[in-house]
Amino acid sequence: MKTYTYTEKKDTRSGFGAGLAELGRTNPNVVALCADLIGSLKMNDFIAENPERFFQIGIAEANMMGIAAGLTIGGKIPFTGTFANFSTGRVYDQIRQSIAYSGKNVKICASHAGLTLGEDGATHQILEDIGLMKMLPGMTVINTCDYNQTKAATIAIAEHNGPVYLRFGRPKVPVFTPENQTFEIGKGIKLTEGNDVTIVATGHLVWEALEASKELYEKGISAEVINIHTIKPLDEKIILDSVAKTKCIVTAEEHNYLGGLGESVARTLATHNPTPQEFVATQDTFGESGTPDQLMEKYGLNSKSIISATEKVLKRK
Amino acid sequence: MSKSQHLEDLVIQVRRDILRMVHKVNSGHPGGSLGCTEFFVALYNEIMEQNDEFNMDGIGEDLFFLSNGHISPVYYSVLARTGYFPVEELNTFRLINSRLQGHPTTHEGLPGIRIASGSLGQGMSVAIGAAQAKKLNNDKHLIYSLHGDGELQEGQNWEAIMYASAKKVDNLIATVDLNGQQIDGATDDVLDMGDVKSKFEAFGWIVIDIEEGNNLEAILKGMAEAKNKTGQQKPVCVLLKTVMGNGVDFMMHTHAWHGKAPNDEQLAIGLEQNPETLGDY
Repeated sequence: MKTYTYTEKKDTRSGFGAGLAELGRTNPNVVALCADLIGSLKMNDFIAENPERFFQIGIAEANMMGIAAGLTIGGKIPFTGTFANFSTGRVYDQIRQSIAYSGKNVKICASHAGLTLGEDGATHQILEDIGLMKMLPGMTVINTCDYNQTKAATIAIAEHNGPVYLRFGRPKVPVFTPENQTFEIGKGIKLTEGNDVTIVATGHLVWEALEASKELYEKGISAEVINIHTIKPLDEKIILDSVAKTKCIVTAEEHNYLGGLGESVARTLATHNPTPQEFVATQDTFGESGTPDQLMEKYGLNSKSIISATEKVLKRK
Repeated sequence: MSKSQHLEDLVIQVRRDILRMVHKVNSGHPGGSLGCTEFFVALYNEIMEQNDEFNMDGIGEDLFFLSNGHISPVYYSVLARTGYFPVEELNTFRLINSRLQGHPTTHEGLPGIRIASGSLGQGMSVAIGAAQAKKLNNDKHLIYSLHGDGELQEGQNWEAIMYASAKKVDNLIATVDLNGQQIDGATDDVLDMGDVKSKFEAFGWIVIDIEEGNNLEAILKGMAEAKNKTGQQKPVCVLLKTVMGNGVDFMMHTHAWHGKAPNDEQLAIGLEQNPETLGDY
Protein backbone atom coordinates (compact mmCIF):
# COMPACT_ATOMS: atom_id res chain seq x y z
CA MET A 1 0.00 0.00 0.00
CA LYS A 2 1.21 3.46 -0.85
CA THR A 3 1.83 5.42 2.33
CA TYR A 4 2.14 9.13 2.92
CA THR A 5 4.36 10.95 5.35
CA TYR A 6 4.95 14.55 6.21
CA THR A 7 7.80 16.56 7.58
CA GLU A 8 5.90 19.59 8.75
CA LYS A 9 2.47 20.89 9.59
CA LYS A 10 1.21 24.12 8.10
CA ASP A 11 -2.14 25.84 7.93
CA THR A 12 -4.05 25.77 4.67
CA ARG A 13 -4.76 29.50 4.97
CA SER A 14 -1.03 30.12 4.66
CA GLY A 15 -1.17 28.16 1.41
CA PHE A 16 -3.82 30.60 0.27
CA GLY A 17 -1.63 33.54 1.28
CA ALA A 18 1.34 32.11 -0.62
CA GLY A 19 -0.78 31.42 -3.70
CA LEU A 20 -2.24 34.91 -3.63
CA ALA A 21 1.21 36.46 -3.31
CA GLU A 22 2.36 34.40 -6.29
CA LEU A 23 -0.64 35.60 -8.31
CA GLY A 24 0.22 39.16 -7.37
CA ARG A 25 3.55 38.68 -9.10
CA THR A 26 2.27 36.86 -12.16
CA ASN A 27 -1.23 38.14 -12.94
CA PRO A 28 -1.73 41.93 -13.02
CA ASN A 29 -5.52 41.55 -13.11
CA VAL A 30 -5.71 39.84 -9.74
CA VAL A 31 -6.98 42.13 -6.98
CA ALA A 32 -7.70 41.26 -3.36
CA LEU A 33 -10.34 42.43 -0.91
CA CYS A 34 -10.54 41.79 2.80
CA ALA A 35 -13.09 42.54 5.52
CA ASP A 36 -10.74 43.32 8.40
CA LEU A 37 -9.03 39.91 8.60
CA ILE A 38 -5.77 40.41 6.73
CA GLY A 39 -3.65 38.54 9.25
CA SER A 40 -6.05 35.64 9.62
CA LEU A 41 -6.22 35.20 5.85
CA LYS A 42 -2.43 35.59 5.44
CA MET A 43 -2.84 38.29 2.81
CA ASN A 44 0.06 40.42 4.02
CA ASP A 45 2.55 39.50 1.30
CA PHE A 46 0.14 40.30 -1.52
CA ILE A 47 -0.70 43.61 0.12
CA ALA A 48 2.94 44.57 0.73
CA GLU A 49 3.85 43.91 -2.88
CA ASN A 50 0.65 45.26 -4.50
CA PRO A 51 -0.86 47.93 -2.25
CA GLU A 52 -2.75 49.52 -5.16
CA ARG A 53 -4.45 46.22 -5.92
CA PHE A 54 -5.70 45.62 -2.40
CA PHE A 55 -9.01 46.89 -1.03
CA GLN A 56 -9.57 46.99 2.72
CA ILE A 57 -13.35 46.97 3.00
CA GLY A 58 -13.71 47.04 6.77
CA ILE A 59 -16.27 44.92 8.59
CA ALA A 60 -18.82 45.03 5.80
CA GLU A 61 -18.93 41.72 3.98
CA ALA A 62 -22.05 42.47 1.94
CA ASN A 63 -20.37 45.55 0.55
CA MET A 64 -17.23 43.50 -0.14
CA MET A 65 -19.12 41.02 -2.31
CA GLY A 66 -20.78 43.81 -4.27
CA ILE A 67 -17.52 45.68 -4.78
CA ALA A 68 -15.88 42.44 -5.93
CA ALA A 69 -18.65 41.95 -8.48
CA GLY A 70 -18.16 45.53 -9.69
CA LEU A 71 -14.39 45.14 -9.99
CA THR A 72 -14.84 42.33 -12.51
CA ILE A 73 -16.43 44.92 -14.81
CA GLY A 74 -13.19 46.29 -16.15
CA GLY A 75 -11.43 42.93 -16.26
CA LYS A 76 -10.19 42.50 -12.70
CA ILE A 77 -10.13 39.11 -10.98
CA PRO A 78 -11.13 39.81 -7.37
CA PHE A 79 -10.21 37.46 -4.51
CA THR A 80 -12.27 38.17 -1.39
CA GLY A 81 -10.96 37.07 1.98
CA THR A 82 -12.79 36.53 5.24
CA PHE A 83 -13.91 33.64 7.44
CA ALA A 84 -16.09 30.98 5.80
CA ASN A 85 -19.11 31.99 7.85
CA PHE A 86 -18.91 35.61 6.71
CA SER A 87 -18.03 34.54 3.16
CA THR A 88 -21.26 32.61 2.67
CA GLY A 89 -24.17 32.71 5.09
CA ARG A 90 -23.80 36.36 5.93
CA VAL A 91 -23.72 37.43 2.29
CA TYR A 92 -25.72 34.77 0.53
CA ASP A 93 -28.03 37.07 -1.37
CA GLN A 94 -25.18 39.34 -2.45
CA ILE A 95 -23.33 36.31 -3.83
CA ARG A 96 -26.49 34.91 -5.37
CA GLN A 97 -27.55 38.03 -7.26
CA SER A 98 -24.45 40.14 -7.83
CA ILE A 99 -21.96 37.30 -8.37
CA ALA A 100 -23.52 33.95 -9.28
CA TYR A 101 -26.61 35.05 -11.24
CA SER A 102 -24.60 37.89 -12.76
CA GLY A 103 -21.89 35.40 -13.78
CA LYS A 104 -19.06 37.44 -12.25
CA ASN A 105 -15.51 36.19 -12.08
CA VAL A 106 -15.13 36.52 -8.30
CA LYS A 107 -13.07 34.14 -6.16
CA ILE A 108 -14.61 33.84 -2.71
CA CYS A 109 -11.77 32.65 -0.48
CA ALA A 110 -12.89 31.43 2.90
CA SER A 111 -10.74 30.57 5.87
CA HIS A 112 -11.58 29.14 9.30
CA ALA A 113 -14.16 26.77 7.86
CA GLY A 114 -15.68 24.07 10.01
CA LEU A 115 -15.04 22.93 13.57
CA THR A 116 -11.25 23.32 13.44
CA LEU A 117 -11.62 27.04 13.92
CA GLY A 118 -11.76 25.88 17.53
CA GLU A 119 -12.27 28.00 20.59
CA ASP A 120 -14.32 30.80 19.03
CA GLY A 121 -17.23 28.39 18.97
CA ALA A 122 -20.32 27.82 16.90
CA THR A 123 -20.99 31.42 15.83
CA HIS A 124 -17.85 31.20 13.71
CA GLN A 125 -17.76 27.48 12.86
CA ILE A 126 -19.81 27.21 9.72
CA LEU A 127 -20.73 23.65 8.76
CA GLU A 128 -23.25 24.57 6.09
CA ASP A 129 -21.15 26.57 3.64
CA ILE A 130 -20.43 23.83 1.09
CA GLY A 131 -24.15 23.22 0.78
CA LEU A 132 -24.96 26.91 0.45
CA MET A 133 -22.36 27.44 -2.22
CA LYS A 134 -22.86 24.28 -4.25
CA MET A 135 -26.55 25.05 -4.66
CA LEU A 136 -25.76 28.23 -6.58
CA PRO A 137 -25.85 27.58 -10.34
CA GLY A 138 -22.45 28.09 -11.94
CA MET A 139 -20.51 28.16 -8.66
CA THR A 140 -17.38 26.03 -8.42
CA VAL A 141 -16.76 24.70 -4.89
CA ILE A 142 -13.29 23.66 -3.73
CA ASN A 143 -12.12 22.45 -0.30
CA THR A 144 -8.39 21.84 -0.11
CA CYS A 145 -6.54 19.46 2.18
CA ASP A 146 -3.11 20.91 2.91
CA TYR A 147 -0.81 23.88 2.41
CA ASN A 148 0.57 22.82 -0.96
CA GLN A 149 -2.79 21.98 -2.43
CA THR A 150 -4.33 25.22 -1.19
CA LYS A 151 -1.53 27.22 -2.75
CA ALA A 152 -1.92 25.38 -6.06
CA ALA A 153 -5.71 25.76 -5.99
CA THR A 154 -5.45 29.49 -5.31
CA ILE A 155 -3.26 29.89 -8.37
CA ALA A 156 -5.45 27.65 -10.51
CA ILE A 157 -8.76 29.39 -9.82
CA ALA A 158 -7.42 32.66 -11.25
CA GLU A 159 -7.29 30.90 -14.63
CA HIS A 160 -10.88 29.66 -14.34
CA ASN A 161 -13.44 32.12 -15.68
CA GLY A 162 -16.39 32.11 -13.30
CA PRO A 163 -17.28 32.35 -9.63
CA VAL A 164 -15.41 30.03 -7.26
CA TYR A 165 -15.79 29.25 -3.57
CA LEU A 166 -12.41 28.20 -2.14
CA ARG A 167 -12.66 26.77 1.38
CA PHE A 168 -9.72 26.27 3.73
CA GLY A 169 -8.96 26.35 7.42
CA ARG A 170 -7.17 27.65 10.45
CA PRO A 171 -5.15 24.84 12.10
CA LYS A 172 -1.75 23.49 11.17
CA VAL A 173 -2.19 20.15 9.44
CA PRO A 174 0.25 17.71 7.79
CA VAL A 175 1.68 18.82 4.45
CA PHE A 176 1.68 15.64 2.39
CA THR A 177 0.83 16.65 -1.19
CA PRO A 178 3.62 17.64 -3.58
CA GLU A 179 5.10 21.10 -3.66
CA ASN A 180 4.48 22.95 -6.93
CA GLN A 181 1.70 20.59 -7.98
CA THR A 182 -0.69 21.50 -10.77
CA PHE A 183 -4.22 21.82 -9.49
CA GLU A 184 -6.94 20.58 -11.80
CA ILE A 185 -10.41 21.86 -10.88
CA GLY A 186 -12.94 19.03 -10.84
CA LYS A 187 -10.40 16.25 -10.95
CA GLY A 188 -10.22 13.92 -7.96
CA ILE A 189 -6.90 12.41 -6.90
CA LYS A 190 -6.56 8.74 -6.08
CA LEU A 191 -4.15 8.57 -3.16
CA THR A 192 -4.16 4.82 -2.46
CA GLU A 193 -5.27 1.80 -4.47
CA GLY A 194 -7.64 -0.56 -2.68
CA ASN A 195 -10.23 -3.22 -3.32
CA ASP A 196 -12.47 -3.41 -0.24
CA VAL A 197 -13.78 0.09 0.32
CA THR A 198 -13.65 3.52 -1.29
CA ILE A 199 -12.97 6.40 1.06
CA VAL A 200 -13.74 9.76 -0.47
CA ALA A 201 -12.59 12.71 1.62
CA THR A 202 -12.27 16.45 1.29
CA GLY A 203 -10.35 19.16 3.15
CA HIS A 204 -8.85 18.32 6.53
CA LEU A 205 -10.43 14.86 6.42
CA VAL A 206 -8.16 13.69 3.58
CA TRP A 207 -5.22 13.21 5.93
CA GLU A 208 -7.50 11.47 8.41
CA ALA A 209 -8.63 9.14 5.62
CA LEU A 210 -5.00 8.25 4.89
CA GLU A 211 -4.37 7.57 8.57
CA ALA A 212 -7.48 5.40 8.66
CA SER A 213 -6.38 3.48 5.58
CA LYS A 214 -3.09 2.56 7.31
CA GLU A 215 -4.89 1.08 10.28
CA LEU A 216 -7.43 -0.62 8.06
CA TYR A 217 -4.58 -2.19 6.08
CA GLU A 218 -3.22 -3.67 9.27
CA LYS A 219 -6.65 -5.16 9.87
CA GLY A 220 -6.56 -6.70 6.40
CA ILE A 221 -8.89 -4.15 4.76
CA SER A 222 -7.67 -2.51 1.60
CA ALA A 223 -9.03 1.01 1.18
CA GLU A 224 -8.96 3.18 -1.90
CA VAL A 225 -8.59 6.76 -0.69
CA ILE A 226 -9.64 9.52 -3.05
CA ASN A 227 -9.04 13.21 -2.44
CA ILE A 228 -12.07 15.09 -3.72
CA HIS A 229 -10.88 18.67 -3.49
CA THR A 230 -13.59 19.90 -5.88
CA ILE A 231 -17.10 19.24 -4.61
CA LYS A 232 -18.62 20.99 -7.60
CA PRO A 233 -18.18 20.02 -10.36
CA LEU A 234 -17.79 16.58 -8.83
CA ASP A 235 -15.43 14.07 -10.43
CA GLU A 236 -18.09 11.40 -10.81
CA LYS A 237 -15.92 9.12 -12.91
CA ILE A 238 -13.21 8.58 -10.33
CA ILE A 239 -15.88 7.73 -7.74
CA LEU A 240 -17.93 5.44 -9.98
CA ASP A 241 -14.82 3.63 -11.26
CA SER A 242 -13.72 3.03 -7.68
CA VAL A 243 -17.04 1.76 -6.32
CA ALA A 244 -17.41 -0.53 -9.33
CA LYS A 245 -14.47 -2.33 -7.76
CA THR A 246 -15.01 -1.86 -4.02
CA LYS A 247 -18.85 -1.96 -3.90
CA CYS A 248 -19.03 0.38 -0.90
CA ILE A 249 -18.01 3.89 0.06
CA VAL A 250 -17.33 6.17 3.02
CA THR A 251 -17.44 9.93 2.56
CA ALA A 252 -15.63 12.20 5.00
CA GLU A 253 -15.86 15.95 5.42
CA GLU A 254 -15.75 18.72 8.00
CA HIS A 255 -19.31 19.77 7.25
CA ASN A 256 -22.90 18.87 7.97
CA TYR A 257 -23.97 15.62 6.30
CA LEU A 258 -26.84 17.67 4.86
CA GLY A 259 -25.62 19.56 1.83
CA GLY A 260 -22.02 18.42 1.84
CA LEU A 261 -19.73 16.21 -0.21
CA GLY A 262 -21.48 13.08 1.04
CA GLU A 263 -24.79 14.18 -0.38
CA SER A 264 -23.26 14.99 -3.75
CA VAL A 265 -21.64 11.55 -3.82
CA ALA A 266 -24.91 9.89 -2.77
CA ARG A 267 -26.73 11.57 -5.63
CA THR A 268 -24.12 10.38 -8.10
CA LEU A 269 -24.33 6.83 -6.79
CA ALA A 270 -28.14 6.81 -6.66
CA THR A 271 -28.25 7.96 -10.26
CA HIS A 272 -25.60 5.65 -11.70
CA ASN A 273 -24.80 2.80 -9.35
CA PRO A 274 -26.60 2.54 -6.00
CA THR A 275 -23.94 1.61 -3.45
CA PRO A 276 -23.88 1.34 0.36
CA GLN A 277 -22.49 4.59 1.77
CA GLU A 278 -21.60 5.84 5.25
CA PHE A 279 -21.22 9.53 6.03
CA VAL A 280 -18.45 10.90 8.23
CA ALA A 281 -19.76 14.42 8.82
CA THR A 282 -21.46 16.44 11.51
CA GLN A 283 -24.97 15.25 12.26
CA ASP A 284 -27.10 18.33 11.67
CA THR A 285 -25.66 20.15 14.65
CA PHE A 286 -23.85 23.36 15.52
CA GLY A 287 -20.33 23.19 16.90
CA GLU A 288 -18.98 24.56 20.18
CA SER A 289 -15.79 25.87 21.79
CA GLY A 290 -12.84 23.53 22.22
CA THR A 291 -9.52 22.67 20.66
CA PRO A 292 -9.67 21.46 17.08
CA ASP A 293 -8.64 17.93 18.08
CA GLN A 294 -11.23 17.77 20.86
CA LEU A 295 -13.95 18.96 18.51
CA MET A 296 -13.04 16.59 15.70
CA GLU A 297 -13.07 13.75 18.24
CA LYS A 298 -16.36 14.77 19.85
CA TYR A 299 -18.16 15.30 16.53
CA GLY A 300 -16.73 12.18 14.92
CA LEU A 301 -14.53 13.70 12.26
CA ASN A 302 -11.23 11.84 12.50
CA SER A 303 -9.49 8.65 11.40
CA LYS A 304 -11.22 6.72 14.17
CA SER A 305 -14.64 7.71 12.85
CA ILE A 306 -13.59 6.79 9.32
CA ILE A 307 -12.51 3.35 10.51
CA SER A 308 -15.85 2.80 12.30
CA ALA A 309 -17.76 3.96 9.25
CA THR A 310 -15.72 1.61 7.07
CA GLU A 311 -16.41 -1.37 9.31
CA LYS A 312 -20.09 -0.50 9.20
CA VAL A 313 -20.30 -0.09 5.46
CA LEU A 314 -18.37 -3.31 4.81
CA LYS A 315 -21.15 -5.21 6.58
CA ARG A 316 -23.72 -3.65 4.23
CA LYS A 317 -22.03 -4.86 1.03
CA MET B 1 -35.90 68.98 -35.08
CA SER B 2 -34.07 70.56 -32.18
CA LYS B 3 -32.22 68.35 -29.77
CA SER B 4 -34.43 69.32 -26.87
CA GLN B 5 -37.54 68.54 -28.93
CA HIS B 6 -36.11 65.12 -29.69
CA LEU B 7 -35.55 64.45 -26.01
CA GLU B 8 -39.09 65.59 -25.19
CA ASP B 9 -40.43 63.28 -27.90
CA LEU B 10 -38.36 60.45 -26.57
CA VAL B 11 -39.75 60.96 -23.07
CA ILE B 12 -43.31 60.67 -24.38
CA GLN B 13 -42.46 57.61 -26.43
CA VAL B 14 -40.72 55.90 -23.51
CA ARG B 15 -43.80 56.53 -21.35
CA ARG B 16 -45.90 54.81 -24.00
CA ASP B 17 -43.44 51.90 -24.08
CA ILE B 18 -43.63 51.53 -20.30
CA LEU B 19 -47.43 51.53 -20.24
CA ARG B 20 -47.71 49.09 -23.14
CA MET B 21 -45.05 46.74 -21.78
CA VAL B 22 -46.61 46.34 -18.35
CA HIS B 23 -50.16 46.28 -19.73
CA LYS B 24 -49.37 43.43 -22.12
CA VAL B 25 -48.15 41.08 -19.37
CA ASN B 26 -50.35 42.56 -16.66
CA SER B 27 -47.33 42.92 -14.38
CA GLY B 28 -44.28 45.06 -13.83
CA HIS B 29 -43.55 48.41 -12.24
CA PRO B 30 -44.86 51.47 -14.08
CA GLY B 31 -44.84 54.00 -11.20
CA GLY B 32 -41.11 54.30 -10.57
CA SER B 33 -40.40 53.80 -14.26
CA LEU B 34 -42.50 56.79 -15.27
CA GLY B 35 -40.99 58.85 -12.49
CA CYS B 36 -37.48 58.26 -13.81
CA THR B 37 -38.21 58.50 -17.53
CA GLU B 38 -36.72 61.97 -17.98
CA PHE B 39 -33.63 60.94 -16.02
CA PHE B 40 -32.98 57.85 -18.17
CA VAL B 41 -33.59 59.75 -21.40
CA ALA B 42 -31.18 62.47 -20.35
CA LEU B 43 -28.59 60.01 -19.03
CA TYR B 44 -28.42 57.83 -22.13
CA ASN B 45 -28.81 60.60 -24.69
CA GLU B 46 -26.93 63.54 -23.26
CA ILE B 47 -24.98 62.76 -20.13
CA MET B 48 -23.08 59.51 -20.59
CA GLU B 49 -20.28 58.86 -23.05
CA GLN B 50 -20.92 55.45 -24.55
CA ASN B 51 -19.03 53.22 -26.96
CA ASP B 52 -20.76 52.06 -30.12
CA GLU B 53 -20.51 48.37 -29.27
CA PHE B 54 -21.60 46.92 -25.95
CA ASN B 55 -18.79 45.27 -24.06
CA MET B 56 -19.12 44.00 -20.51
CA ASP B 57 -15.86 45.58 -19.34
CA GLY B 58 -16.92 49.02 -20.58
CA ILE B 59 -13.39 50.34 -20.94
CA GLY B 60 -13.25 53.92 -22.25
CA GLU B 61 -16.88 54.81 -21.58
CA ASP B 62 -19.18 55.90 -18.78
CA LEU B 63 -21.16 53.09 -17.14
CA PHE B 64 -24.56 52.99 -15.49
CA PHE B 65 -25.85 50.61 -12.82
CA LEU B 66 -29.51 50.34 -11.88
CA SER B 67 -29.83 49.25 -8.28
CA ASN B 68 -33.63 49.40 -8.01
CA GLY B 69 -34.03 46.81 -10.74
CA HIS B 70 -37.82 46.74 -10.62
CA ILE B 71 -37.99 49.84 -12.79
CA SER B 72 -36.79 47.69 -15.66
CA PRO B 73 -39.50 48.97 -18.08
CA VAL B 74 -37.91 52.41 -18.35
CA TYR B 75 -34.41 50.89 -18.45
CA TYR B 76 -35.31 48.51 -21.29
CA SER B 77 -37.20 51.12 -23.27
CA VAL B 78 -34.37 53.64 -23.10
CA LEU B 79 -31.69 51.03 -23.83
CA ALA B 80 -33.63 49.87 -26.88
CA ARG B 81 -34.28 53.38 -28.11
CA THR B 82 -30.61 54.27 -27.62
CA GLY B 83 -29.66 51.37 -29.89
CA TYR B 84 -28.55 48.65 -27.47
CA PHE B 85 -31.05 46.13 -28.88
CA PRO B 86 -34.00 46.15 -31.29
CA VAL B 87 -36.99 48.15 -30.12
CA GLU B 88 -39.30 45.29 -31.18
CA GLU B 89 -37.79 43.19 -28.42
CA LEU B 90 -39.74 45.29 -25.91
CA ASN B 91 -42.62 43.07 -27.00
CA THR B 92 -41.04 40.18 -25.09
CA PHE B 93 -40.90 41.91 -21.69
CA ARG B 94 -41.51 39.36 -18.92
CA LEU B 95 -42.43 36.63 -21.39
CA ILE B 96 -40.90 33.18 -21.27
CA ASN B 97 -37.57 32.81 -23.13
CA SER B 98 -37.08 36.58 -23.18
CA ARG B 99 -33.89 38.55 -22.57
CA LEU B 100 -36.09 41.17 -20.92
CA GLN B 101 -36.59 39.51 -17.56
CA GLY B 102 -38.86 41.01 -14.91
CA HIS B 103 -35.74 42.37 -13.26
CA PRO B 104 -32.60 43.16 -15.29
CA THR B 105 -29.99 40.44 -15.62
CA THR B 106 -26.77 39.70 -17.41
CA HIS B 107 -27.83 36.08 -17.51
CA GLU B 108 -29.63 36.30 -20.84
CA GLY B 109 -26.94 38.46 -22.44
CA LEU B 110 -29.02 41.58 -22.98
CA PRO B 111 -26.70 44.36 -24.21
CA GLY B 112 -26.52 47.28 -21.82
CA ILE B 113 -26.95 45.29 -18.62
CA ARG B 114 -23.82 44.73 -16.54
CA ILE B 115 -25.24 43.35 -13.30
CA ALA B 116 -28.41 41.66 -12.12
CA SER B 117 -30.53 43.75 -9.80
CA GLY B 118 -33.87 43.26 -8.12
CA SER B 119 -32.99 42.19 -4.63
CA LEU B 120 -32.52 45.72 -3.33
CA GLY B 121 -29.56 47.51 -1.87
CA GLN B 122 -26.74 45.89 -3.83
CA GLY B 123 -26.13 48.34 -6.67
CA MET B 124 -24.12 50.93 -4.78
CA SER B 125 -21.45 48.39 -3.87
CA VAL B 126 -21.26 47.14 -7.44
CA ALA B 127 -20.99 50.68 -8.77
CA ILE B 128 -18.16 51.39 -6.33
CA GLY B 129 -16.31 48.27 -7.48
CA ALA B 130 -16.69 49.31 -11.11
CA ALA B 131 -15.46 52.80 -10.20
CA GLN B 132 -12.38 51.38 -8.50
CA ALA B 133 -11.72 49.17 -11.53
CA LYS B 134 -11.83 52.32 -13.69
CA LYS B 135 -9.19 53.89 -11.46
CA LEU B 136 -6.96 50.82 -11.69
CA ASN B 137 -7.33 50.93 -15.48
CA ASN B 138 -6.54 54.67 -15.59
CA ASP B 139 -9.88 55.15 -17.29
CA LYS B 140 -11.13 58.66 -16.60
CA HIS B 141 -14.75 57.85 -17.39
CA LEU B 142 -17.44 57.94 -14.74
CA ILE B 143 -19.77 55.50 -13.05
CA TYR B 144 -23.43 56.45 -12.68
CA SER B 145 -25.93 54.60 -10.55
CA LEU B 146 -29.58 54.93 -9.59
CA HIS B 147 -31.21 53.92 -6.33
CA GLY B 148 -34.72 54.14 -4.98
CA ASP B 149 -35.30 56.18 -1.84
CA GLY B 150 -37.11 53.31 -0.12
CA GLU B 151 -34.14 51.19 -1.13
CA LEU B 152 -31.93 53.19 1.21
CA GLN B 153 -33.57 51.24 4.03
CA GLU B 154 -31.36 48.30 3.02
CA GLY B 155 -28.29 48.36 5.28
CA GLN B 156 -25.76 47.41 2.62
CA ASN B 157 -26.21 50.90 1.14
CA TRP B 158 -24.78 52.47 4.26
CA GLU B 159 -21.78 50.16 4.23
CA ALA B 160 -21.20 51.30 0.67
CA ILE B 161 -21.86 54.97 1.39
CA MET B 162 -19.35 54.88 4.26
CA TYR B 163 -16.78 53.07 2.13
CA ALA B 164 -17.06 55.36 -0.90
CA SER B 165 -16.10 58.45 1.03
CA ALA B 166 -13.46 56.75 3.16
CA LYS B 167 -11.78 55.43 0.01
CA LYS B 168 -12.30 58.63 -1.98
CA VAL B 169 -14.30 57.05 -4.77
CA ASP B 170 -14.69 60.36 -6.61
CA ASN B 171 -15.53 58.98 -10.05
CA LEU B 172 -19.00 57.90 -8.97
CA ILE B 173 -22.29 59.78 -9.28
CA ALA B 174 -24.98 57.92 -7.36
CA THR B 175 -28.46 59.26 -7.92
CA VAL B 176 -31.30 58.63 -5.48
CA ASP B 177 -34.83 58.77 -6.86
CA LEU B 178 -36.58 60.72 -4.14
CA ASN B 179 -40.19 60.01 -5.01
CA GLY B 180 -41.21 59.52 -1.39
CA GLN B 181 -43.10 56.32 -2.11
CA GLN B 182 -42.59 52.63 -1.55
CA ILE B 183 -44.79 49.54 -1.77
CA ASP B 184 -46.59 49.95 1.54
CA GLY B 185 -47.05 53.70 1.30
CA ALA B 186 -45.14 56.94 1.75
CA THR B 187 -41.50 56.42 2.77
CA ASP B 188 -42.12 58.78 5.68
CA ASP B 189 -44.83 56.46 6.98
CA VAL B 190 -43.17 53.12 6.29
CA LEU B 191 -39.78 54.01 7.71
CA ASP B 192 -38.96 57.68 7.95
CA MET B 193 -35.40 58.13 6.72
CA GLY B 194 -35.15 61.65 8.05
CA ASP B 195 -32.99 64.09 6.14
CA VAL B 196 -31.36 62.05 3.39
CA LYS B 197 -29.21 64.96 2.27
CA SER B 198 -27.73 65.49 5.72
CA LYS B 199 -27.06 61.79 5.99
CA PHE B 200 -25.07 61.67 2.76
CA GLU B 201 -23.21 64.84 3.73
CA ALA B 202 -22.46 63.44 7.16
CA PHE B 203 -20.99 60.39 5.44
CA GLY B 204 -18.68 62.69 3.49
CA TRP B 205 -20.40 62.91 0.12
CA ILE B 206 -20.95 65.93 -2.12
CA VAL B 207 -24.71 66.25 -2.58
CA ILE B 208 -26.46 67.92 -5.52
CA ASP B 209 -30.21 68.53 -5.40
CA ILE B 210 -32.36 68.33 -8.48
CA GLU B 211 -35.65 69.73 -7.26
CA GLU B 212 -37.44 69.25 -10.57
CA GLY B 213 -36.49 65.68 -11.31
CA ASN B 214 -39.03 65.36 -14.10
CA ASN B 215 -37.76 68.40 -15.96
CA LEU B 216 -35.17 67.56 -18.62
CA GLU B 217 -33.46 70.92 -18.41
CA ALA B 218 -33.19 70.74 -14.64
CA ILE B 219 -31.80 67.21 -14.89
CA LEU B 220 -29.18 68.17 -17.48
CA LYS B 221 -28.13 71.19 -15.42
CA GLY B 222 -27.96 69.21 -12.17
CA MET B 223 -26.08 66.29 -13.68
CA ALA B 224 -23.59 68.65 -15.33
CA GLU B 225 -23.00 70.19 -11.93
CA ALA B 226 -22.57 66.71 -10.44
CA LYS B 227 -20.03 65.84 -13.13
CA ASN B 228 -18.12 69.01 -12.30
CA LYS B 229 -17.91 67.86 -8.70
CA THR B 230 -16.25 64.55 -9.54
CA GLY B 231 -12.52 64.14 -9.07
CA GLN B 232 -12.53 66.07 -5.81
CA GLN B 233 -11.69 63.16 -3.50
CA LYS B 234 -15.35 62.67 -2.62
CA PRO B 235 -18.19 60.61 -4.07
CA VAL B 236 -21.10 62.58 -5.51
CA CYS B 237 -24.76 61.99 -4.73
CA VAL B 238 -27.63 63.46 -6.70
CA LEU B 239 -30.97 63.71 -4.94
CA LEU B 240 -33.50 63.60 -7.74
CA LYS B 241 -36.96 64.69 -6.63
CA THR B 242 -39.41 62.96 -8.91
CA VAL B 243 -43.11 62.25 -9.05
CA MET B 244 -43.95 58.59 -9.18
CA GLY B 245 -46.13 57.82 -12.20
CA ASN B 246 -45.20 61.12 -13.85
CA GLY B 247 -46.96 61.87 -17.15
CA VAL B 248 -50.04 59.74 -16.53
CA ASP B 249 -52.33 61.78 -14.32
CA PHE B 250 -54.08 59.01 -12.42
CA MET B 251 -50.77 57.30 -11.63
CA MET B 252 -49.12 60.39 -10.15
CA HIS B 253 -48.36 61.13 -6.49
CA THR B 254 -49.29 57.67 -5.21
CA HIS B 255 -47.60 54.38 -4.44
CA ALA B 256 -50.63 52.54 -5.87
CA TRP B 257 -48.92 52.02 -9.24
CA HIS B 258 -45.59 50.83 -7.85
CA GLY B 259 -46.12 47.29 -9.09
CA LYS B 260 -49.48 47.30 -10.82
CA ALA B 261 -50.31 47.32 -14.52
CA PRO B 262 -53.10 49.40 -16.06
CA ASN B 263 -56.18 47.67 -17.46
CA ASP B 264 -57.34 48.26 -21.06
CA GLU B 265 -59.27 51.39 -20.24
CA GLN B 266 -56.51 52.85 -18.09
CA LEU B 267 -53.96 52.08 -20.79
CA ALA B 268 -56.07 53.96 -23.34
CA ILE B 269 -56.23 56.99 -21.07
CA GLY B 270 -52.49 56.86 -20.40
CA LEU B 271 -51.67 56.61 -24.08
CA GLU B 272 -54.07 59.42 -24.93
CA GLN B 273 -52.19 61.64 -22.50
CA ASN B 274 -48.96 60.70 -24.28
CA PRO B 275 -49.56 60.71 -28.02
CA GLU B 276 -47.16 58.69 -30.17
CA THR B 277 -44.03 60.60 -31.17
CA LEU B 278 -41.24 58.38 -32.49
CA GLY B 279 -43.32 55.32 -33.31
CA ASP B 280 -44.55 52.49 -31.10
CA TYR B 281 -42.61 49.22 -31.14
